[in-house]
Amino acid sequence: MSAATPAIPHGATNLPAKDSPWILPSKGKVGMYCLIFAETTIFAIFVVAYIYYIGRSPFGPQPKQVLEVPILASICLLSSSLTIWLAERALHKRAMGQFSLWWGGTIALGLVFMIYTVLEWKKLIYEDGLTVSTNLFGTTYYCLVGLHAFHVIVGLIMLSLTLLFGFMGKLEARHTERVEVLSLYWHFVDAVWVVVFTVVYIVGR
Amino acid sequence: MGDESGPGDLPPVLKDEAVPNLRSRDDRGSEAAVVFPIKRHALRGIAAVLFSALLSAHAYAIPQGTSVFSRDATPASGSFSLQLFVYTITIGIFIVVGSLGAYAVVKFRAKPGDEKAEPVQIFGSNQIELSWTIIPVLIVVVLFLTTARMIFAIQDTHEPGNSIKVTAIGHQFWWEFQYPQYGFTTANELHVPVSDPKDPTPTYLKLGSADVVHSFWVPRLAGKTDMIPGHPNEMWIDPSKPGMYEGQCSQFCGTEHAKMLLRVYVQSRTDFDAWVKNQQTDAVATEEQGKRVFESQACINCHAVKGTIANGRYGPDLTHLMSRDTIAAGAAENTPDNLRRWVENPEVFKSGSNMPAMNLTPEQLTQVTAYLATLK
Amino acid sequence: MSDSALPMPGGGVRDVTPERPSTGHTVAGYPVRETFLEKAHSWVVTVDHKKLGIMYIVYSLLFLVVAGIEAMVIRIQLAVPHNTFVSPQVYNRVFTMHGTTMVFFVGMPILIGFANYLIPLMIGARDMAFPRLNAFSFWMTALGGILLYYSFIGGVGLSNAGSAPDVGWFAYAPLTSKAFSRGHSTDYWALSLTISGVGSIGAAINMIATTICMRCKGMTMFRLPLLAWLYVVQAALILVAIGPLTAAQIMLMVDRYLGGHFFDTQAGGSAYIWMHFFWIFGHPEVYVLVLPAFAFANEIIPTFSRKAIFGYPAMVAASVAIGFVSLGVWAHHMFTVGMTSVSNAFFALSTMLVAVPTGIKIFNWIATMWGGKIRFATAMIFCVAFVFQFLISGLTGIILSVAPVDWQLHNSYFVVAHFHYVLVGGILFTIFGAIYYWYPKMTGRMLDEKLGKIHFWIFLIGFHLTFDFMHIPGFLGMPRHIYTYEPDRGWNTLNMIVSCGAVFQSVAIAIFVYNLVYSYFKGAEAGADPWDAWTLEWATTSPPPAYNFATEPIVGSRRPLWDLKHPDDLDSQWE
Repeated sequence: MSAATPAIPHGATNLPAKDSPWILPSKGKVGMYCLIFAETTIFAIFVVAYIYYIGRSPFGPQPKQVLEVPILASICLLSSSLTIWLAERALHKRAMGQFSLWWGGTIALGLVFMIYTVLEWKKLIYEDGLTVSTNLFGTTYYCLVGLHAFHVIVGLIMLSLTLLFGFMGKLEARHTERVEVLSLYWHFVDAVWVVVFTVVYIVGR
Repeated sequence: MGDESGPGDLPPVLKDEAVPNLRSRDDRGSEAAVVFPIKRHALRGIAAVLFSALLSAHAYAIPQGTSVFSRDATPASGSFSLQLFVYTITIGIFIVVGSLGAYAVVKFRAKPGDEKAEPVQIFGSNQIELSWTIIPVLIVVVLFLTTARMIFAIQDTHEPGNSIKVTAIGHQFWWEFQYPQYGFTTANELHVPVSDPKDPTPTYLKLGSADVVHSFWVPRLAGKTDMIPGHPNEMWIDPSKPGMYEGQCSQFCGTEHAKMLLRVYVQSRTDFDAWVKNQQTDAVATEEQGKRVFESQACINCHAVKGTIANGRYGPDLTHLMSRDTIAAGAAENTPDNLRRWVENPEVFKSGSNMPAMNLTPEQLTQVTAYLATLK
Repeated sequence: MSDSALPMPGGGVRDVTPERPSTGHTVAGYPVRETFLEKAHSWVVTVDHKKLGIMYIVYSLLFLVVAGIEAMVIRIQLAVPHNTFVSPQVYNRVFTMHGTTMVFFVGMPILIGFANYLIPLMIGARDMAFPRLNAFSFWMTALGGILLYYSFIGGVGLSNAGSAPDVGWFAYAPLTSKAFSRGHSTDYWALSLTISGVGSIGAAINMIATTICMRCKGMTMFRLPLLAWLYVVQAALILVAIGPLTAAQIMLMVDRYLGGHFFDTQAGGSAYIWMHFFWIFGHPEVYVLVLPAFAFANEIIPTFSRKAIFGYPAMVAASVAIGFVSLGVWAHHMFTVGMTSVSNAFFALSTMLVAVPTGIKIFNWIATMWGGKIRFATAMIFCVAFVFQFLISGLTGIILSVAPVDWQLHNSYFVVAHFHYVLVGGILFTIFGAIYYWYPKMTGRMLDEKLGKIHFWIFLIGFHLTFDFMHIPGFLGMPRHIYTYEPDRGWNTLNMIVSCGAVFQSVAIAIFVYNLVYSYFKGAEAGADPWDAWTLEWATTSPPPAYNFATEPIVGSRRPLWDLKHPDDLDSQWE
């Protein structure tokens, strides 16, 4: 450290008052929105590919023949957005019992969705003979739905860790914002499902 | 579009004249460029102007091999007219902006001893900033309208009934040309008839690919169009002067992309018809020994010779191999010696080509080469 | 030492003396110099934005030399027609690696490195928003580069001279399918770029969160240094652009390894859709590379012209506009693939439109110099050359935006000349300028100005010899990606001149590297503010302490140090 550090003037007239508030957005939320933005572009490309390739498989099982609309699973997943919102509200009031209930409910609903996906894929692979390499429909279907499922799994792991911390009593008031950031991610996963569901099971069948 | 133009028609604004209303900008810029003393940064602007003059002189001085400055067919000619227009605009902009920049850099350097006082701080000027936003927008509008017009003129022409139809298929690393109207297939050297502007007989090419993406480019005749598997494209040429026009593949397609050369022979109608007639005939069966070698070795797995059992489609059709000036898609001249060396070991001319060395004995080589020499 | 006293927001300090202080430890009360291993360890585990920034920059400079050697191989091979310096197989690997390395392991990291170093300092923050994410992003990028180069020996085994990717930096399908690329080279390409892409997204998230959420008191968004603005736009572009590339590469790997059919034309897939996906990434990517060049010019030109940047609000608006418009121009790389005339016209228009905000920036730089008192330090002359060269490259870009002209010039050496003019003449020149400008801040030592000027002139001559003349073979029909060419096309002399220019550039870079190393040990002491500049990074020592500023700065205008030095002429009265 060589030359003296020049001092920033505090007496100049254009500076804000020392005790005036200076509120900036939360970096956790901004960071998560950025991540969501980037992930959206990845999903967008898989969706575009899916749509472009609708009806272009010259052989192999076609969507109408093998796909069943996953109504129950979708209701579960989309309701989990409601339960996670309720969990957040409980957390704000520091009602930890309620928080664990709703948060656990979110995880349960997400698990139901994943179990349904596993059963659906089991049927597709073993009964209908549709795999990623069977035909173009198989490739695009498994990649798009699989990418979403992967994001659900990551989300479930994070949610479960949070629930664990809650049970251990380690979830303090200062961690509330991080929980909010995580729920943002979960809402994103649900929103993506709305798009994937529409494209795969409604438009594409 | 409802554009009724056909081949040979150019939008009137793009015939040869430079656009008059750009002159005033040029004049203002070049006066300023001459007056102030040559300093190191001003040199840059002048060098660029000289460079563009050098460029045009150089381009017209060389034999017209594959230059894009061409009027030999309508697509190339249309592109060239548009090029002149956009070069004028861009050179004009460069002279104006470059001169201002050079002037600023020279005029406003710090004088020694005058470092204490800072210059007057100017933060912006609404009028100046508005004008240098609006003027570029106007330039863009003009440029876009002329561009759009030419795009539609070239792409959306209506095909006349007497066009020659060719299906061009790109392979690694050669060209297949099918003439469905005449019922034959050839390779690497495309023959088309000259097209008289008063009664055009353009050649319409359907472009496809048997493997990866290639691109068909003969600069003197037209811009390039890609050959994408599963995505057929169309282009047309109407060359107005007989001659041999060269080109090559212009989309990286693998190891020997550089040696996937292309020739277009533009012939008078009579010569073209004679060539077609020859291509339609079956191969004449002489040189029995060589023919036997050709048919018993694996040559026929890849090559076709019309009128014999050879029916392979993977490599070029050899029915009239001797009617071509080059072999291996331009990689070598079509001489008996080159032919022998190519058959013996394709690595010699094109090390990444898909043709394997057949490991023939010297005697078999002589026989096969003699046979190939009869495929006129 | 004050390094152990961490100022807390809201006042006071917290003692953070580590058990083993990283800047030295004591034996019997006497300070003892750190061992080399301790020092290296501190760099490997660091989350300090300054150290990570320097690591990004050093990493990129190493790869600059490597990719430069690849360029020399290309130019030696092309100096004469039918040359046999390298085989076609080796040549195809070399040009693929040259392009891929320069974009992903030179350009992106060095620019992100500068962002990491400068943004917290310029906004008066202590570090980036997410320091651990910062370190993670660096190491992912570094891993990507090492994985890519491992391909030379890793793919087919040493005896087969390796299998680096050889499919071109944009790796068109179906050349990349298992049918046509049988070895592992394409896999190295896809995997290494996916990994470094994760690093880039992490860095972008950090840059945006830092700039929005960590500004010091009084620094509204419209008082941000323009460098910070340009990096916000650039980071947003990274977030938009890298996703499509990652998605396309995942699709490619599904095709290659799981038997997928995304790009399998026999099964209904499409080679054409790869082009769209790649260029949806590829075009914003080049703006990711060029916006930081603008950022550097925006800081350097005002300082050495002794004037504020002309038209700050317009510069912000132009930068944001460039970001948006650049998302809608990608298919100008695809004018020749057979899109409809309406599509071609649309993309020609959007490409021409992006020239408007870009031109505005050029005019603003000239207007900044206008009426100033220009000092031609090495950093400044690199930026002056940048302005002229970027103007030229923008104009050749306009030429290419005219689709019927592009139908001729696409994939020719005219395009190669155009984009090298931007990348080298634009971006690399400002990177050199940035290094000369901020090296004193990073190391506490000045780079030698005489060597700097020699570096500049030799590089300038080499650059113009190579890239001015390179336009001409494009006009004469020479396509790109060819390992040799026919001697009767009129390209021979031109290629020789182009290759000679490369020699000059190599010499200049050697001088530059020597300057970097020599000045680190023997350079003149820099002090906090060697250039008499006006942004916050010059308000702390060179190099800054770990916590950047002893107390959090409070600012009242765009040029806090101008206000300090000219209390009678505060900037805020004019803004």
